[in-house]
Amino acid sequence: MNVRRCLAVAALAGAALLAAGSPVRAHGFAGQRFFPATILNDDPFVADELSLPTVTRPPEDAGGAHEIDLDVEFSKRITPRLGFSLGEGWTSLKPAGAGSATGLTGLETGVQYQLFVNGPHEAIGLVGLDVSWAHTGRVAALGASDFTTLSPRFAFGKGFGDLPYSLDWLRPIAVTGNLSVDFPSKTESAGSPNPNFFNYGFAVEYSLTYLQCCVKDVGLRRPFSQLIPVVEMAFSTPINRSEGFSTVGTIQPGIIWSGESFQIGAEAIIPVNDASGKGIGGVVQLHFYLDDLFPRSLGKPISEW
Amino acid sequence: MRRGAAAVAAFAITAALAGPAVAHAMLEHANPPVGSTVAAAPSALTLRFTQQLEPAFSGVTVTDAAGRRVDLGNAVVPPGHAEELQVRLKPLAAGRYTVRWHAVSVDTHRTEGNFTFTVAGR
Repeated sequence: MNVRRCLAVAALAGAALLAAGSPVRAHGFAGQRFFPATILNDDPFVADELSLPTVTRPPEDAGGAHEIDLDVEFSKRITPRLGFSLGEGWTSLKPAGAGSATGLTGLETGVQYQLFVNGPHEAIGLVGLDVSWAHTGRVAALGASDFTTLSPRFAFGKGFGDLPYSLDWLRPIAVTGNLSVDFPSKTESAGSPNPNFFNYGFAVEYSLTYLQCCVKDVGLRRPFSQLIPVVEMAFSTPINRSEGFSTVGTIQPGIIWSGESFQIGAEAIIPVNDASGKGIGGVVQLHFYLDDLFPRSLGKPISEW
Repeated sequence: MRRGAAAVAAFAITAALAGPAVAHAMLEHANPPVGSTVAAAPSALTLRFTQQLEPAFSGVTVTDAAGRRVDLGNAVVPPGHAEELQVRLKPLAAGRYTVRWHAVSVDTHRTEGNFTFTVAGR
């Protein structure tokens, strides 16, 4: 049943292949800057993309539990500036000294609006509303939420390509970021408080693609010129009802290889404190650019309006 | 898990059946090379992209340090080289030159970019 629901999200992508639209502009571009889809932080742009799959082995949690996550996310533009996303996850959780439990982690949806794209300054911004839906995962066995959470979000990206030529070697750098606040629909669940969390995350990228195309031809050729080393970090801080909660977060160094129709990313997961986990985890992601794969069907906005 | 793997495989097959991706035209390399210093003034600039171009919607300009155009305004996609964009240049003096290009790939994706090259003084 759980896996079926995962497959249903993936099947939406296939069904949408039948949808028609009109010609569109590129995904993830601001001027000559290409922002790849990062793994930990949500993108600062609307897009027609599919992450299938994202496989995560988080660090061992404070109680010694081991976990494997398999996630799918589908993003679709309704208009060139307005988009939505659907995400679903499957988890295998094995608490210390106990048997493992498997199941869905809960349906996540989002709607995003592209606030601005400034090509000369390689700046891009987006507002969105993410919703994590109650009772769509295995609440008892896996700790999925029995409450819905609304999370308004601002995301941004900024490339350093407009630095002066004297700082050439810094121009391939770009930063993306996310700021959001969680608003749970219930203030407590099973006697435990549900805080409002402030979430903040950043990704720092050094694009060898940008170096090669726009700063200095250092002799890199494909596939090496398509590599983007990245360091991501994300944190969550309770801002009320915080008894028993503390700031948690991870720092994730890794690398993204961006091809013509898909990208592959891999990152280590380093918890920032004991509350965030123990040891080092890892995540890999296969991510498709649907606007490049299906430019005349699924890869176009539903409307040019 | 096996069904999840099947979903990945099914999508990969669907993607393959959709035909080769045409994608965005990214600058692969240029002559004179991006960011280079060349001893002799080039008579033309050649840009090579990762995708085939729509000639009517692709172009390039070259300006000197004072912002004056030094290209002859005749950018073309050479026959048989649909991934290239060429433009002839006026005689160039020593100095830094800025190249600004825009390209539309055959699937209508638009990209743009700029870079500099330098002609060394004698």
